[in-house]
This record gives sequence, C-alpha cells and structure tokens, in this order.
Amino acid sequence: MTDDAMSLPPASSEDFEVALESLNQWQIAWRKFRRHRLALVGAIIIGIMVLLAIVGPIIWPYDRLDLHPPSKAGGDPPGWLRSPPTLAAPFGTDNGGRSVFVLTVNGARLSVFIGIGTTAIAVTIGVLVGSFAGFFGGRVDGFLMRFVDLMLTIPFLFVILVAARFFGAGDPIVLTLIFGLLFWPGLARLVRALFLSLREQDFVQAARAVGVSDTRITFRHILPNALGPIIVSATLLVASAIVTEAFVSFLNFGLKAQDISWGNALANSQQYQVLGNWWWAFFPGMAIALTVTAINFMGDGLRDALDPRARE
Amino acid sequence: MTLTPDPAHPAGSVARGRPLLEVRDLRTYFHVMDGVVRAVDGISFSIRAGETLGLVGESGCGKSVTSLSIMRLHDMPPAEIPTGEILFEGRDLLALSEDEMRQVRGNDIAMIFQEPMTSLNPVFTVGDQIAEAVMLHQGLSKKAAWEKAVESLKAVGINNPERRVKQYPHEMSGGMRQRVMIAMALSCDPKLLIADEPTTALDVTIQAQILELIREVQDRTGAALLLITHDLGVVAETVHDIVVMYAGRIVEQGGVNEVLLAPKHPYTEGLLASIPSKGKRGERLNVIRGTVPNPFNMPPGCNFAPRCPYAFEPCTEHDPRIEEADPPDVACWLYTAAPGISTPPRVRPRLDLIEAVR
Repeated sequence: MTDDAMSLPPASSEDFEVALESLNQWQIAWRKFRRHRLALVGAIIIGIMVLLAIVGPIIWPYDRLDLHPPSKAGGDPPGWLRSPPTLAAPFGTDNGGRSVFVLTVNGARLSVFIGIGTTAIAVTIGVLVGSFAGFFGGRVDGFLMRFVDLMLTIPFLFVILVAARFFGAGDPIVLTLIFGLLFWPGLARLVRALFLSLREQDFVQAARAVGVSDTRITFRHILPNALGPIIVSATLLVASAIVTEAFVSFLNFGLKAQDISWGNALANSQQYQVLGNWWWAFFPGMAIALTVTAINFMGDGLRDALDPRARE
Repeated sequence: MTLTPDPAHPAGSVARGRPLLEVRDLRTYFHVMDGVVRAVDGISFSIRAGETLGLVGESGCGKSVTSLSIMRLHDMPPAEIPTGEILFEGRDLLALSEDEMRQVRGNDIAMIFQEPMTSLNPVFTVGDQIAEAVMLHQGLSKKAAWEKAVESLKAVGINNPERRVKQYPHEMSGGMRQRVMIAMALSCDPKLLIADEPTTALDVTIQAQILELIREVQDRTGAALLLITHDLGVVAETVHDIVVMYAGRIVEQGGVNEVLLAPKHPYTEGLLASIPSKGKRGERLNVIRGTVPNPFNMPPGCNFAPRCPYAFEPCTEHDPRIEEADPPDVACWLYTAAPGISTPPRVRPRLDLIEAVR
C-alpha cells in the first residue's frame, strides 16, 4: 500500500495541464446522472421493463386459449379461476385461470413498444419541424408554427379515440402511428425555441464565418447542442404514450381485446372488479404506475445531468 | 501601452500594392420596429495585400457591422445593404451568390471573434472544429485535416497540440481558446484576416500575447489584417493605417502616425485624450461628454456636433462628408470650408493635449 503510494511518479509540471482526463458532454452528463439516486433507480427499473418486454414473453409465454392453472397438471382444483395471489400464481389468476403475472409480463411488450414507437415518430417529426422553423425563421417559421398551433387546438382525446376506432381496428402499429402523429407539436415548439436561442450564439456565427452551410449548421452544430432538452422531453413522452395507450385501451378504443397490453388487462378486468378481483387490475396497473414513475425520475435526472448551466 | 507608433511599421513609406479589399460607399441599414437604423452609412476604405488597417471607434459606431457586412453574415432582412461595393481582389462580394460567398468565407477571408469563450462549439473538440474548416475548403480527408489541425495549433503556440486537439473548449482558458480561434482562422491560409476586437475579452497579460501572435502569423503568412478595436493602444502597436468611425461614418483616416500623433478630428482627439496615462495620476480622466446619438434621431448637421467642444455654426446645420473633405481624410468643418464660411478655422492649439497623452 505504502509502496504503491511511494512509487507513484511525481506530477510532471510540464505536462500537468493536459494530463487531466478529457471528458465530452456525455461523459460529464453521465457523471452527474450517476449521483442522482432516484434517477438511477428509475433507469434500472426501465431497464428491467425493457428487458421483460423483450425476453419475458419468451420465458413465460401467454396463451389466451390455455385455460389451465399454471403449474397444475391433471385435475383442476376448485378456485383456480380468478384466484387471489398464491405461490403458484403470485399475481393471482384471471377469469380463464391464466396467471396475471404472465399477463403482466407479456403486456409489457406492447405497452413499451407503443411508448417507444410513439416517441420515435414524435421526436423525428418534432425535431425536423422545430429545427427548420427555428433556424430559418421568417415565413417558414410562421407557416410551420401556425400548423403546430392548429394541431394543438385539436381536441386530442377525441381525435385519438375516433382515429383509433376508424383507422386502427386494434392494430398496435396503427395505434403507435396515430399517437406519434399527434404527439409531436409540443416537441416541435420546444425544438424551435431552442434553435431560436442557439442560432444567435457566437459559435454559430463563427461556423458561418468559416463557410459552413446552413443545413450543416442546423444539424451538425445546433442540433447536438439542443439534444439535452430534447432527450429529456422524449423520455417523458414515452411515459405519456404508455399512459395514453392504457387509457385508450381501457375505453375499448385501443387494442383488440385479445391483444395483451397493460391497458387491455385493465379493461378486461373491469367487469370483475365487483367480485373483488383486485389483483387482476392491480398488478398491470402497478406496472404502468411503476414504469411511468421510473421514467419521470429518469427524466428528472437527465434534466439535471444535461443542463449545461448546472455545472458542479 | 504607449501610443508611440511602432517604427517597424512606418505608415505611408511602405511600397504599396494594389488593394486586396476595397470597400466603396458601403451602407448597412437595419429595419427594426422603430424605423431604420443606419448602422453603417456610406463608408469607403481599402486594404492592400499584407497590410494592416485599424478600424477604431466607440461601441455602437458600426465597426462590427462593417466587418459582418464584408463577410455577409447579416441576416437579410432585417439588414439591408442598399448601396455599396465590397471588392475583394476585384470581385464584388455583394454580388456573389450564397454558395460562392461560402467559398470565400473561411477560405479567402477569415474572421477572429471577440468572445473566445462562446465562439467555439461546446460539443465538439477543437480538432473537429478546425478540421471542419479545412475539409470544407481544401477537400482534405478527415485524417489529413486532423493533421492540419494539429499543425495549426502548433503554429499558434499551443503546447502539446496532439493532446490539445482532442480537447473540448471548456477545458481551455480564454487565451488558449482565442489561440484556437486564430488557428482555425489561419487553417485555410486566408488572404484577409478580420479580427473583431480579438483581445477585448481577455486579461491584459494575455492581450499582449494574442496581439503579438496575430502580428507574427500575419508576418509569416502575408495575410492582410483588418483589426477592429476601440483600444488605441492596440492600434498604435499593430496597424499601418487607421480609420476612425463615428455613428456609422468615417470621420478621419490616414497613416497611424499622422492620426495618432496629430489627430485632426475632435472625436479622434477626444478618444486619445481619454486614454488613462501615468502622467495624469490623481487627475480626473478626460472623457468625451455625452453619448453616441440616438440612431433614430440623428442630429441634422455633423453627427458629432452635440458632443464636440469645438462645434460652431455650420456644425449643427451641415453634414460634413469625408468624400468632399479638403484636405481629404477628415470630415470636419474645422478644416473644410463649410457653406457660407470662406475660411475654416483649421489650426487650433492642441499640442498640450497630445503631449499629455504621451
């Protein structure tokens, strides 16, 4: 121990100013993020959820026609339908005797898919529209932003319900598209505001003075500087897409009844609530709440970590 | 800093080539909500290859607008350049298409900005930023451009350039970032370098180093330099010729010796007199009283008349233009015969002032 300490070379005075580790903005952000306890927990929960969404259905496949209690072969014991949580079915069983645990795990796939898919579409459109409006300003900006205003005046809920019923017919991809096409205007406004302030920065002027083209400045110089807030609001968008899916499905306007998602689980369990079957709704509902809370914590942590003004 | 002009750069005696940059009657107006701001209102000057011109004046007089007009970096609208020519090697920059202009920027004319802290993109390494300029204009591969970036960092006196090139701007001090900006400006061997207050944001100790560096690279590369500053000390040490601007106009121009040692225009005189000096310890600092006129409400006569200690009758009525001045190079009714005044007052005792400055 002492030997090691003694054998360390003395700090070279000549080189010490550049001997420091060179961190880029992501490394700095990660450092700050790591210190945010709740955000880290949130990130871990999201990681588990995404993992479950991918491999869960492979390990615990859910067959809606399999009307047998899990783990029981042979004679059906009384009470395996709509059973409260037991060791064999830790989350209880549904009206077909299927494990609510397996249902919840399988529901993660569609819910997370819709959450992420919606965000991907909304972010792509929002960033494109917002960055063009913000960088070019003037008439382009006016036109695009009036369109955004128009989008935001549409009664969101109503359009989702109607569109889901008419275009969707319960297809999760169509539902994702509908959500994505309705979720981008808020993001476009954010990106535009970021671009409006960033384009006045000295480094943009400096890049123009070097002869960099407008398109390149927009996407190579300004966009990376705007990524922090975009990532934060994209994260939160995942949460709101998951909630929206749950609630559209709950109203029976979303996925087909036989599709397995958290929202559908809530919808299907609804009529059995009077019988005191709390577990059927509780666990999928908890999955939604947990995921959304985790995402919000992570968004919070990201906001702090990616804020360039909040240097430690 | 003293105001003794550098003997190595005696103005006027150098064999002069043809102008590299010639600005003719440039006007840059800004259309804003309250009306039109004539930020630059008919200025003409020229720079010969390899020479240095100092553009001097207080804040808001149009220095930076001039430099951004040469680079065509104003957003139009709100900016407008209603008249004027900016001839660079005989080509009118104002007539070029945006694509052609992009080829000029960074390649033929490069610019060093005032704020090294904010002029570099925080998310890229300095190497990325220098290499971008090189790849853009010289069509080098990424690897060759990167080598060029290392080379140019070395050329501006940055130690350990191989390491520095991979660093981010926030890891560098202001002086070092300004060196990076200079390296970036020089990376494509421009013929004209525009330095817009390159030392204003820096510590005094670093200012001298950066100026020395600019002069040195200018000597080495033979680039012409347009130095924009409000610091007459900087001008005295660096430039051949000087242009003094006030409220969007040129009020006086000439060789640096003539203008600094024998200023004609009362504004130039006021600028010189307001430099603090050792000899005047304990005395109040000389100031030019008043402020720059409101751009929406310019005085009818000479723009400087409301602040001028020598103002007399014609000054408040007639606008002196440097193009019509006799002798040339100073726009002031003290020298040029104003309408209705047959003999201008011309000579005034001002040696005491000059003496005090030295």
